[in-house]
Parts: sequence; structure tokens; C-alpha cells
Amino acid sequence: MQSIRSRSIILSLTILFVLLGIWELANQAPASSEALTEYELLMGGADQEARVPPPSAVIKLAIKEIGNPFYDAGPNDKGIGIQLGYSLYRVLTGFILAAIIAIPVGFVIGMSPLMYNALNPFIQVLRPISPLAWMPLALFIIKDSETSAIFVIFICSIWPMLINTAFGVAGVRKDWINVARTHELGALRTAFTVVLPAAAPTILTGMRISIGIAWLVIVAAEMLVGGTGIGYYVWNEWNNLDLTSVIFSILMIGMVGMLLDLGLNAAARLVQYQE
Amino acid sequence: MTKHFLKVENLCKRYKSPKGEKDLTVFENVNFTIEKGEYVCIIGHSGCGKSTIINTLAGLDSPTEGVVLMDNREVAGPSLDRGMVFQNYSLLPWLSTLDNVRFGVRARWPNWSKEKITSHSREYLEMVGLKDVLNRKPSQLSGGMRQRVSIARAFATQPKLLLLDEPFGALDALTRGNIQEELIKIWSHMQQTIFMITHDVDEAILLADKILLMSNGPNAVVAESVVVDIARPRKRSEIIKDESYYHLRNYLVDFLVNRSDERPSGETEALPRSVNPISSFKKKPRPEPVVLNSSEKIEMTA
Ligand SMILES: Nc1ncnc2c1ncn2[C@@H]1O[C@H](COP(=O)(O)OP(=O)(O)OP(=O)(O)O)[C@@H](O)[C@H]1O
Ligand SMILES: [Mg+2]
Repeated sequence: MQSIRSRSIILSLTILFVLLGIWELANQAPASSEALTEYELLMGGADQEARVPPPSAVIKLAIKEIGNPFYDAGPNDKGIGIQLGYSLYRVLTGFILAAIIAIPVGFVIGMSPLMYNALNPFIQVLRPISPLAWMPLALFIIKDSETSAIFVIFICSIWPMLINTAFGVAGVRKDWINVARTHELGALRTAFTVVLPAAAPTILTGMRISIGIAWLVIVAAEMLVGGTGIGYYVWNEWNNLDLTSVIFSILMIGMVGMLLDLGLNAAARLVQYQE
Repeated sequence: MTKHFLKVENLCKRYKSPKGEKDLTVFENVNFTIEKGEYVCIIGHSGCGKSTIINTLAGLDSPTEGVVLMDNREVAGPSLDRGMVFQNYSLLPWLSTLDNVRFGVRARWPNWSKEKITSHSREYLEMVGLKDVLNRKPSQLSGGMRQRVSIARAFATQPKLLLLDEPFGALDALTRGNIQEELIKIWSHMQQTIFMITHDVDEAILLADKILLMSNGPNAVVAESVVVDIARPRKRSEIIKDESYYHLRNYLVDFLVNRSDERPSGETEALPRSVNPISSFKKKPRPEPVVLNSSEKIEMTA
């Protein structure tokens, strides 16, 4: 009798290998065309365009790239590690700035119905705006593509944190607030020793959503502003028609996104409590 | 100037109704007093406003009319002088048992050292028999254990008045009995003043010096103040052998079942009437409960 866990791992691996197998077989270069390879290359890869690189090629590239992630050979040839580093730096900077604003403001909105009603219209209008729509304005005002990218991350990650913080703070059980009141805790002590721990799981959920969105947005933002970062890397490899690198970087984007989520998930588990 | 420890004068709570209708008066003309070291229970049907009264005593709720005076000073807001044990325990679920008690102790004595806060908290947890679960979270405790943590937290801050809102409501009869005995043990050697809401007549008789009976709402009043004239220390197993116990019990049940809908006649300022069913029973050994009118058995509280 195997546990669900080990059986699910086996099933996952099976699915993985079946998919990779289909992908590999479907994209084998036809044997007859082998002789034409030279010709094809000269013709600019007419056949290549129709074929996605097989996983074996991607894996080969991955081993090479991951073996040396931080090389820097000029503006258009940097290691995957450097590119991911740039993206992570932007995402984390924008995200942390957003948290610094969103959590205190969310606290105020959650605690005060007056502030909630006053700020709600702004939130409702600003929240549905695609973060990329801010880009031209940001570029015009800030005049720096690096900072503009960070601003876009900031603006897209602020809303989930703001709303979840307000929601979590407003939802703190009245009894717990009454415990603070009967113990004569001041407003600040109450905020830190009762409201914050009580709302922390909801706040962390907001942070998790935010960092997920931020990681989605950074790729698009970097495609627009160019220069460095994983989004730029993808676009650059596409312009080079290096699909193997494109697929490899897509996979890396997924991996890093997963790690970011796992990190916040671990943080969320620290503040989780059971009623 | 009164010398009562706590005095409730003409307390009244009204809620505004949606336009047009008359305001809802939950209770009115509520008058009673509590002496230092006294254990007072209040009984009444659901919704008559018991929780509202206890929250007003705690300073968490404010009355529409009337005042609560403690040590001759008006109660205007929550204070560490009045500890509260809430009906649903209200432990902070992210803190361990020990930290929940330390939370209260630290608030009470902010200048104490960490060690002193911890040892003081441990002492009270030990008193309620919880020294083995100091590091568990409330969710890992049984209902009875949670209630004991809550009681330990309230006792540990050594309030002048302890307020208990139906503290045993959610517990099974066996656990309830055990905690009641623990509570009475702690109370008897600490001379803590306690005001407690209960639904349970037997519990009230076991614990209280005085039982306040509330009539049904809306417009509820505290109709009677019943003296529990049974010697202490009381043990559940012993008092139930006493005939006067049954007499008192019948009197209370009769009120709740048959008389709680009556509006007491006469001067409302005179409420509640003070009654002592046991002494009247001993003087006049007739089994059925009687409402006594002769002046020698009626002491006005005022
Ligand atoms: N915000 C409010 N608006 C209108 N009426 C209210 C409000 N809060 C409480 N009430 C009313 O006040 C009355 C008293 O409530 P309270 O909680 O004090 O009752 P209780 O005696 O403690 O009942 P229980 O024994 O069920 O706990 C109830 O009838 C309730 O309907
Ligand atoms: Mg109640």
C-alpha cells in the first residue's frame, strides 16, 4: 500500500516522460532531410521554422547555460543567471516598496470605515488598469527605463496587498479587539500585538498574489524596455530565432516564479494559526 | 455616599430602531450592588440583556442611561481593574497557552522583567492544572482546557472585579463540575470579587452568594436578588443532600419558568426585591416556594 504522495510523484513523472517523449518524437528532423541540412541552413532554415526544438536540445542547452550562468560577454550575450538576477532585483524592489506602502495604508483602511469609504473609489478605478498601461507615462515622467520597470512592478503589486491587508484587518474578530481593550492596550500596541498577528495570514496571501502578478508582469515590462532581464532575454533570443533558448528561458521563468511562491508560502506558514 | 464596592444605578440600554418604530429597550431600571469579595451570579432567559450588562460593567459597552460606579468612580471605559472572561474564551490563537497568560500579565505590569512575567503566569496556569501544556496553541486544547487558560489569564492580572460571561456554557457537565470546583477553590483563597452570567441554576447555587434574576426582555429588569444562604465551603456532592438546596432551586426554577414574564408591580425604584428563600423555608417549613411579603423578610437593596 503506497501513500497518495508517493503515488502522485510516480504519476507526475510518468506524465512528464510521456509528454517529453511525444514532444521529442513529433519534432525529430525527418531522416530523409538529413542530407539537406547544409542546404537548409543556407536557406535560412525554412524547415526549422516549422519545427519546435526537441527536449533533448533544450536539455543540452540547459546543462550548458546552468553550468555557467553568470558569464557576461557584452550587452546581447549574458548568462541566464545574470538576466534572472536583473529581473528578480526589479521585482523584489518594486514589491518591497509596494509592501511598505500597501500594508500600513491597508491597516488604516481596514481600521477606519471613514478612510475605507474615502479611498475605495480610487482603489476601484486604479486597480483594473493593466500595469503595462502605466509604462508610457512612467517612461515620460521618470525618464529612466530601469526605474520605470520597477514602478510598473510597484503599481501592479500594490493592489492585492492593499486590499488583503484592509480585508484582514477589518475582519479581525471583535473578541480579540475586546481582549486588547480590557487589557488597556494602546492603539499601537493593539495594532502590533493583536491586529497584525490576527490579519497576518490574509496579508501574506495578498503578498503571494502580488509577487505572482509581479513576476508575470516583469517579463512583459522587460520586453518593452529592453536592455537586461529575463523578458529582454526571451525577446532577444526570439529575434535571433533561437527557439531552444526561448524554451529554456520560458522554463526558467516558471521555475523562478515557483520558487518565489514557495518562499512566500513558507513565510505564510510561519504566521498561520488555527482557530 | 455609598460604601458599596460596585453600584449599578438605573442602568438602561436602548437601541435605535429603523425609522418610525419605537426604540427597542433591552433593559431598564437595573439596580444592584456588589460588595468586595462577593460572588454574584445573574440568571435570565436568552436575549434579556445579560451580556450587555456585563459588557457595560467591563466598560466595553456604554449604557443609554444610568451609571456603573466602582469604588465610587464612574466606569467610563475598559480597565485592567475589571478582568473579563468571555463566553467563547477569546484566547489569541496564535499564542501558546503560556503566552496568552503572559499577554495579560505584561499588560498589567509593564515594568516587570521577562522572568517575573513568566513565573507569575506559570503559577496561575499551575493553579488551574495546566502546567503540562504551556507550549500548546489553543487549537490543540480541549474546550475545558481553553476555558481554564482564559480563567488563568483573568486571575493572573488580579483585577478588582472579575467578570465571567457564561464561562461554562460550552462545556460538558463533567468538565463543568471540575472547573467550577477549581474556580471556587481559587476564589475562596483569593477573595476575588466575581460577577458571573450563567444559564445553569445549579451552578449559580454552588458558586454564588447572591443570584440576580432578570425578567424577560424587551424592557427587562432585574426583578429579584436571591440570597444563597448555604454555608461554605460548598461541595456539589454535599449540598444536593440538603433539603434547603432543593427549596432554593425550586424557587429559582419557578421564577424562570413561571414568573419571568411578569412585570413586577409597584415602585420600580425598589427593584430588585431581596429574597432569602432558604431562611424563610427554615422558619416556615412548608415545601412549596412562596413569595414573601412580610417586611421582616424583605431587605431593600439601596
Ligand atoms: N446592535 C444591536 N441592535 C439592536 N438590538 C441589539 C443589538 N445588540 C443586541 N441587541 C439586542 O439586545 C438584547 C440583549 O442581548 P444580549 O446579548 O445582552 O443578551 P443575553 O442576555 O446575553 O442573551 P444570551 O443569554 O443568549 O447570551 C437582544 O435581544 C438583542 O436582540
Ligand atoms: Mg450573552
